[in-house]
Amino acid sequence: MQHKVIDTDEVVVRFTGDSGDGMQLTGSLFADASALYGNDVSTFPDFPAEIRAPQGTISGVSGFQVNIGSGEIKTPGDFCDVIVAMNPAALKANARWAKPTATIILDSDTFDEKGILKAGFKTNDPIAELKLQDHNIVFAPITSLTKESLKDSGLDPKAIIRSKNMFTLGMCYYMFNRPMEHTFVYLERKFRKNPSIIEANKKVLQDGYNYAGNIQAIPNTYIIHPAPLEKGTYRNINGNQATAWGLLAASEKSGRPLFCGSYPITPATSILEELALHKELNAKTLQCEDEIAGICTAIGAAYAGNFAITTTSGPGFSLKTEALGLAMITELPLVVVDVQRGGPSTGIPTKTEQTDLNQALYGRNGECPVAIIAAHSPSHCFDAAFYAGKFAMEHMMPVILLTEGFLGNGSEPWKIPSMKDYPEINPPVITALEEIPFWPFKRDSERLSRRWAFPGTIGLEHRVGGLEKDNNGAVSSDPLVHERMVGERAAKVAKMAEFIPEQTVVGEDRGEVLIVGWGGTYGHLYTALRQLQKEGKSVSLTHFDYIFPLPTNTADLFSKFKKIIVCELNSGQFANYLRTLHQQFHYHQCNKVQGQPFTVKEIVEAVKAIL
Amino acid sequence: MIYTPQDFKSNQEVKWCPGCGDHAILASIQRAMPEICESLNYTKERFVFVSGIGCSSRFPYYMNTYGFHGIHGRASAIATGVKVANPTLTVWQITGDGDALAIGGNHFIHAIRRNIDINIILFNNQIYGLTKGQYSPTSQLGKVTKTSPYGTVEHPFNPGAIVLGARGTFFARSIDVELKLTQEIMVESAKHDGTAVTEVLVNCVIFNDKTHAAVTDKENRADRTIILRHGEPMIFGKDRDRGLILYGRKLKAVKIGEGGITEKDILIHDAKEENPGLHSMLIDMKYPELPIALGVIRAVNDKTYDDNVRDQVIDVMEHSQIHSMDELLHSGATWEVK
Repeated sequence: MQHKVIDTDEVVVRFTGDSGDGMQLTGSLFADASALYGNDVSTFPDFPAEIRAPQGTISGVSGFQVNIGSGEIKTPGDFCDVIVAMNPAALKANARWAKPTATIILDSDTFDEKGILKAGFKTNDPIAELKLQDHNIVFAPITSLTKESLKDSGLDPKAIIRSKNMFTLGMCYYMFNRPMEHTFVYLERKFRKNPSIIEANKKVLQDGYNYAGNIQAIPNTYIIHPAPLEKGTYRNINGNQATAWGLLAASEKSGRPLFCGSYPITPATSILEELALHKELNAKTLQCEDEIAGICTAIGAAYAGNFAITTTSGPGFSLKTEALGLAMITELPLVVVDVQRGGPSTGIPTKTEQTDLNQALYGRNGECPVAIIAAHSPSHCFDAAFYAGKFAMEHMMPVILLTEGFLGNGSEPWKIPSMKDYPEINPPVITALEEIPFWPFKRDSERLSRRWAFPGTIGLEHRVGGLEKDNNGAVSSDPLVHERMVGERAAKVAKMAEFIPEQTVVGEDRGEVLIVGWGGTYGHLYTALRQLQKEGKSVSLTHFDYIFPLPTNTADLFSKFKKIIVCELNSGQFANYLRTLHQQFHYHQCNKVQGQPFTVKEIVEAVKAIL
Repeated sequence: MIYTPQDFKSNQEVKWCPGCGDHAILASIQRAMPEICESLNYTKERFVFVSGIGCSSRFPYYMNTYGFHGIHGRASAIATGVKVANPTLTVWQITGDGDALAIGGNHFIHAIRRNIDINIILFNNQIYGLTKGQYSPTSQLGKVTKTSPYGTVEHPFNPGAIVLGARGTFFARSIDVELKLTQEIMVESAKHDGTAVTEVLVNCVIFNDKTHAAVTDKENRADRTIILRHGEPMIFGKDRDRGLILYGRKLKAVKIGEGGITEKDILIHDAKEENPGLHSMLIDMKYPELPIALGVIRAVNDKTYDDNVRDQVIDVMEHSQIHSMDELLHSGATWEVK
């Protein structure tokens, strides 16, 4: 076979195997090595809800997709240049993501009769059955080579088999000319207490690398030059970590200690885990008995003067509904993070969706508007969380931060910001009695926010609660007081629009079609936009981070385009919301509710259909 | 600072029904406050009263302290948040049998399990009063109410048993009409580090009148209840001539001077015994076989949740290399783009 070295600006690799095969780790290490090499990177972990589904079956297949490039990478990529499949089921589940020119690396040891049968193939020739004959298929006996490589390692057979992902990673490092140092450092840190495992993994990695170089079966190797990233110090970050850090940053800037009351739920759990690590920054976390206690402990902490947070996903968000109304009527600062997943009910827990928008907008009893901010990329979760905290504390109200499983688990290189570039957060704390008597719900004129009086402050004793109250804090069921207070609370949320940035447009600010998006679809919409622009189409994009209230220039911005298409991973929740607020426009829709991100192709086609 | 009960009264009109037992508990707690402040060196602004929903949960509005009237069942969670956020506060949760044991049962047991330093006062009137007379988790089996027109077919909870089941460190019981005893228990509760649960048997004059009457009527109270005090013999009765002994594996009420029983045979109350065996038997005592136990039944020392959290934070802060966001942002694997 003729070996080619391909100089390319973008490659998509997907690692797939059983959920116990270590594919998430393999993918992450590959992504990290690429980021350290200087590529732009975007990742997409796609795994089942079961921790160890029956081995060798389709339901147990776990995947991790990485897009690396020398240019701007905004999505994990639609289709793959390379697919690694550790067993027949992984191949079957992922073959449809292969580009026609793709290389497919298979562990031939698993392609025995039993494995093929378990994966549900009808014949004993999976390649033919999946019509993959024209692809570059590399059958490598990964399991037996790993065993051979480690036969003198002294490791037990189970541990040896578990190392086969490192063999695969070594092969990929050869194909893509990746340096191995970063992975060595990772192994040394991870298995610090077990030097024999460090050595074994290093050896397997190296043997995989050498094997790939020796067999001549690898048809192409790739050179992907470093991306022309802005100067600075970079790190890789995933969305949940960025969310946690953004919240910690808001705590630091406000001087209010962070308190997070939460209950573990996929895919939000790692925010709680990350916050739990950072007691050194005076962050307290309380893993509660349930979702309701999560938000209620946070409300108690907010009343006592902490920067309070609760983190969850759709079903947990439903459980927090009543308490969110309590936070709203008591006018306490609180950030509720909802890392959206496929619903309704338990739905598809590990898959991504944007289907909680209606719940965030409308899902409470009574007149209960709550501000909503959405993150648009893994690293943007940092800013989105920071500003959710800033608005919550300065405006004395709960703020919902919507992210998505796709963002929470996905990662990208991030130019590390400096905290001096972030604004101060000045909550309206009152530290002494200024006028007698103290009115807990008296508002300031700028933000319409009330004052934050911490228990422990002399002379400011006051009561808050779920019952309607007048500005002086007295319980009231006077019809006119109620109507006035409903109006004041709504006006306070609406007032936030004066403090958020104006909505901007990517591309020309007038033209044929405006793509409208929000949340985690940004990378795909942006990439689709660039493709359409390259083809000379008059298309622009506006992507909303501030969902409620909307930026004040929204209608003006929409009016400059002949057509508007709202693209989102639900059946049209944002489009319907826009219809209620800005009825003068016609909104086309591009929707997908499959628990999967858009592909760029889908968006390009949807836009072309209305051009 | 010297306080009087008046300092703890808010300017809000108390809206409980005339004759409701809640009035008496409010008075007892307001009377206990100056003593608590004096003995623990507390000032008024450190008090936070948190409640859920129900008649008793209106309580915070009547106290001139910080207060949070929460939502149904969630007072334990809100109180937990307040205490963890600021452990220097003294946090009091006012709740009822429906609020704490039905809708809020989960938060109630977990607060106790964590041993968070809050004081929970459980007003037990064995009925849903605010919704006008439905049975509660403590209503007696067979109780006829609006939602059990043929009598309930449910077994009631004994709140003290739940506290012990969750390895609670403090449990006390009082009666609304025993103002002095309630006041005394409130001081003990405040002194206790950890979750302190006090059950107060309350009369609902409208929907469950005289539910506790068999033991609370003035005439019979001394014979049908026993007030336990740590280190004192378990003696009760109008004439102080009756006592409790262990008979086989059970408690038995005996008359001193009869059948060779002398005062020496009577059990001495040890509230600080960690083993909950005897506390459990005392909590379970029912009239007419045995007197109902009142007073501080259990008060054992253990680490509190809020202390553990504070210690961990201090320890991690001391040992961490990271002291600011900028340091956190640059921690771990990073690389330079030049």
